This record gives sequence, C-alpha cells and structure tokens, in this order.
Amino acid sequence: MKASRPARQLYVISSTESLSDRAIAETSKPIIELKGLRREFQVGDELVHALNGIDLQITAGEYVSIMGPSGSGKSTLLYILGLLDVPTAGGYRLAGVNTAQMNDDERASARQRDIGFIFQSFHLVPRMSAAENVELPMTLAGVAPDERRERVKQALEGVALADRAGHRPDQLSGGQRQRVAIARAIVTQPKVLLADEPTGNLDTASGDEVLHIMEALNQQGLTLIVVTHDPDVGERAGRHIGLHDGDVASDRVTGAGE
Amino acid sequence: MRAADTARLAAESMLRYPLRTVMMLLATSIGVASVLALTSLGEGARRFVTGEFSSLGTNLVIVMPGKTETSGGGLMLLAGETPRDLTLEDAEAVLRSPYVSTVAPVMVGAAPISWGGLEREVPVLGSTRSLLGIRHWNMAIGDFLPKLDMDRAAPVCVLGGVLRREFFGDQSPVGKWMRIGDRRCRVIGVLATEGRSVGIDVGEIVVIPVASGQALFNSPSLFRIIAQARSRETMDKAKADMIRIIKERHYGEEDVTVITQDAVLGTFDTIFNALTMALAGIASISLIVAGVLIMNVMLVAVSQRTEEIGLLKALGAKRRQIIALFLTEAGFLSVTGAVAGVMFGYTAVFILRRVFPALDFTPPLWAVGAAFGVAIVSGLLFGILPARRAARLEPVAALTGQ
Ligand SMILES: Nc1ncnc2c1ncn2[C@@H]1O[C@H](COP(=O)(O)OP(=O)(O)OP(=O)(O)O)[C@@H](O)[C@H]1O
Ligand SMILES: [Mg+2]
Repeated sequence: MKASRPARQLYVISSTESLSDRAIAETSKPIIELKGLRREFQVGDELVHALNGIDLQITAGEYVSIMGPSGSGKSTLLYILGLLDVPTAGGYRLAGVNTAQMNDDERASARQRDIGFIFQSFHLVPRMSAAENVELPMTLAGVAPDERRERVKQALEGVALADRAGHRPDQLSGGQRQRVAIARAIVTQPKVLLADEPTGNLDTASGDEVLHIMEALNQQGLTLIVVTHDPDVGERAGRHIGLHDGDVASDRVTGAGE
Repeated sequence: MRAADTARLAAESMLRYPLRTVMMLLATSIGVASVLALTSLGEGARRFVTGEFSSLGTNLVIVMPGKTETSGGGLMLLAGETPRDLTLEDAEAVLRSPYVSTVAPVMVGAAPISWGGLEREVPVLGSTRSLLGIRHWNMAIGDFLPKLDMDRAAPVCVLGGVLRREFFGDQSPVGKWMRIGDRRCRVIGVLATEGRSVGIDVGEIVVIPVASGQALFNSPSLFRIIAQARSRETMDKAKADMIRIIKERHYGEEDVTVITQDAVLGTFDTIFNALTMALAGIASISLIVAGVLIMNVMLVAVSQRTEEIGLLKALGAKRRQIIALFLTEAGFLSVTGAVAGVMFGYTAVFILRRVFPALDFTPPLWAVGAAFGVAIVSGLLFGILPARRAARLEPVAALTGQ
C-alpha cells in the first residue's frame, strides 16, 4: 500500500504535519509571522521596492488595521498575506506553516482553507446570483450540493441578505455587494479575513454596516486585517500598523476591538 | 470540484457568448459534414461501379480480342500486326475446359430497325440463349433466343422493353415481323430487365442469334466471349484454361485479354476505397482548421475572462480545475459541433441522393466515426494551450487587471 501509492502517502504526512503545526499554533497563537519580508517589482530597468523587509507577528483573533500613504505597500502586503502573491525574499508562516515551500496548488488549498479575502471592488461574478457567488468557493472545494445550500443560507443570513439570495450583483447596492463578498469570504470558515479598502467604494452608512459585520466575526475569533485610507475606519481596530515606503513605520496597540 | 459542477460552469460560460459559441459550432460542424458528404460521394461512386459490374452476372470470365495489358501492345501496333479476331470456334472451344459451365459469344453493332412506319437506329446484340442465364435477365413476354447451334442463324429477335413501348405501345409484339437493316426478323420475346449496365441500356437493345448478327454486319469477329465458371473458386483455373485454349487455336499467339469479374471488382474496390480515404483526408483538414479556430477563440476567451479566472484562483481553484473547466468547454463545443455536423452531413447526403438518384450515396460508418473522433480530439488538443494559459495566470495580476 505504501509502496504502491507514494504520492497519496506524502500528502497524508504533510497534512498531519500541518495539523500538528496548527495545534502548536493554537497554543502560542501567532497566526501570521513575517520575517524580513521583501517584495520587489521589476519595472523596465528600475527595481521598485514595494516591501523592504517587514517583520511582523499577528496573533489569532486580533483586529489589525494597516494604514499608510498611497504606494506604501499596503495592498502588496495584504496580497502576500492572502497567498495571492509571492514575496521576493523573507519568510511567511501562516498558522505555523512555512508558505515558502508551497507550490501553486498547495497555496490554492491554503487559500481555500485558511483565508477569506475582500476587495475594494467586490469582485463578484456578474452573471451569478448572490447565492451562487457565495457558493462558488465551496463548489471549487467539492463540497456536496446539499451542504453547500445550507451553508450559503447561513452565510447570507449572517450578512442580513437572505432575502436577496436570487439577485445578481447588478441588482444590489454597493453595500449589499460587499456583504455578499463577505459571505463568500467566510462561508469556508477561514482563520483570517483580509480586506483591502472594504469601504472604499461605499458611503458612510453602508461602510459602517460592512465593518460591523466583520467586527462581529472578529468577536467570534476570526483574525481580521483591514487595509484602509480612512482614519475613522482604522481607529476601530485594536492594533494599528502604519506603512511607509515599504517599511513598518508604526505599530500601536490600543486594545479596542479586543 | 465535482464533475457535475465542472460541466455546469463550463456550459454556463459557453452559453454566455452565444455568437462565439455558434461560430465555433459552425466551424466544427462544417468540417464533420464535409467529411460525410465527400466520403459518401466516393462510396457512392464505388457502389455504382461495382454494382454495374456485378450486374453483369456471377463468376464471369470475359475474353476480349487484343492484348491490352502489356507494353507489347504498342510494339505490336508499330510492327503492323493486328490481333487475330475472336471467332465462334474460339467460343465453342472454350467450353472444353472442365471449369467452364456455359459460354455466350457476343457481337455488337448498330442497325436501323423499323416496323409500321417507325424506324430508329439501335444497338444490336448477337448472342446465344446462354446469355439470358449468364446476365440474369428476365423475360416480360415470350421467350429468349431459341436453343440453336452457335453457327445457326434464325430470323428471330428479342426486344428491350423501351423499344417495345416505342414501337408497339401496349400491344404485344410477339409474332410481328420487324426489319433490321436489310433483313427481317420475327419478334419472339421482350426483356423484362431494364436499366443501364456497363454503358448499355438493356431496354433499348435488340438481341438476335449470333450467326444472324455475323451475317447482318458481314463480319465473323466477336466483341466478347463471356464464360461462366463453375464456381468462384475455379474462376482463375477457368481463366488459365481459356487463355491456353485460345492461344493454342491462335497458333501460340496470346492475342487476347482475359479478365475475371472478381479481379475487376477487386480493382474497382481498391481504387474507390483509396479515393474515399483521400477525400476523407482532405475533408479532415477542415476539422483541424476548426480546431485551430477553437484554440484562437478560447485564447481570446482566456484574456476576456482573466479577472474571473483570477477570482476563481483567489477562491482556491487549483490549476487542474481551471484546465478542466476550459477543456470541458472545448469538449462541449467540439462534441456539439460534431453532432451538428453529422446531422448536416446526412442532410447533405439526403439532398445528393435526391439530385443524383442513380448513385447510392451513403457515408461509410468508419468515416462518420473518424470525423467525430478527429473533431473531438482536435478540439481537445487545441483547447489545451488556452486552458494551460488560463491555469498559469497569477491571481493578483488577473484580479488587478495587469
Ligand atoms: N505589479 C506591480 N508591478 C510593478 N510595481 C508594482 C506592482 N504592484 C505594486 N507595485 C508598486 O509597489 C508599490 C506598492 O504598491 P501597493 O499597491 O502595495 O500600494 P498601496 O499602499 O496599496 O497603495 P494604494 O493606497 O494607492 O492602494 C507601489 O510603488 C507600486 O507602484
Ligand atoms: Mg492598495
């Protein structure tokens, strides 16, 4: 059995390893650890240093805001945290697992399992209804249809959109779209929710609603990291990280949102 | 991802761009349809020719004057030699072979026939009673030529069905005296068999005893000697015997060509099968072209859908899931195209049959299968490149539209 199915065996070993890693992470609780994280972009002849060696630890359940001037590297950092982008150098451990050794598919699995991502421009599939959009990550994960339907219902109820399940994105307001995106991000029960300017395209009232929903999820133990320009939004977090030219310029804990 | 979900997502994106989808279906189906139409042309021609030749009779061995197979023919002409005529004696001698069951000497010519003020020029066939059995002809009225010695002439004739209607309408011609050239003959029967067979319309001929024919055309030479072998297995032996016998009679000169029906049929079969295959090959090129078109359109689709692909990857889609989505879409397109093509193809064949009722157009089953297979394989093969390109997209680059 071992000899005949080595690939399968490897998979089992690596998954038990990540399980035990996760158990350790559970006790010490640094869900995100960055060491000397760098990201450079080659633009023509020029090398752009988007991130200049970031060292950072984020504990499970924290509520973190990342602020800084335009071009300071906030989005770049968030994409790397979300395993959507790969650092040029440095280490990133997510839930205790070193992400540097992951191949494309393993990163896809980790995204599916551990990460929820929310974009400024929602990124919903226009031709699909709200329910279908929320269902999509579970469809990709191969969850059984019955279970999918049940969990879509719960997730949409969680963002107070149960009555809009059949509506397509163009039939929803901006705030409602972002709430659908939140439902989609959390329907797979990730450990970390990453939001890049989640209120950037919204008016104050619907932005507030969106933040409330995310904060409620944080209260239930979900690690929440929000990138924002808006100081009012940033102040709601329990920890405030300031980026400047790819460096951590400030890191301040106020204890709010704990 | 579940197979049903992959199929559903692929079908959805196929239906999202109806014009694009219809174009690709059209390309594939035209390819498949042209394979079907062209191969059925080849197959129809094969069936026509072999059918014509089998309608001659069964297990036939045919002797023609002159040696046509070797380059010696040209030399003989240069040397001024003419091949010896085939004669009635040759035909009688051939019967000596134990492998030959019956022999019919055949001579042909054209002569005017007339009756009751009507006259027309017709092909006249001189032969014996054996021809009826050898050619599997049937009689409508009366009897065929009487059983006579080959060299006995008799003032009798048998009419083709068309001639009978032209001259006598609904009346029975049996017993009437017609004029053929400068002779008279009594009509003793009418052929029931009609239709063309190796270039001659049986309905429009007059058959007279071979000796009468020799007198009418004032020539002893036969057009053909048609012999029937006792069985299919003895055809080659019969052929060898006949060559030997005639060569002996012609002072050692092998100045005749002897063909067996089997060999001719086999040759036609080979030639027409090769032709059909060539047509199939040419038509398959259009399937490859359809494949290239599918690839092109899919590549455009990948760049149109980068954002969506990036999103799927951000939501945890693995490379092979993206590949599966695109290949499934390509597969759907080519299968649907192939099915539509088979339907178009059969419609085209149906129309061909209406236009040329004489030919039996039927696309050979292997061509239908091959067209289907090539369509699907080329669709999938050409779908691989776009699918892989989609799978390799970086989620960030795709999402931020870079
Ligand atoms: N794909 C890329 N290619 C080249 N340079 C890039 C790329 N992505 C980001 N950069 C550069 O990296 C730096 C950081 O960009 P990033 O998008 O992270 O900034 P940001 O803090 O999110 O800015 P904003 O507040 O305007 O969104 C910028 O100088 C940007 O030009
Ligand atoms: Mg940004």
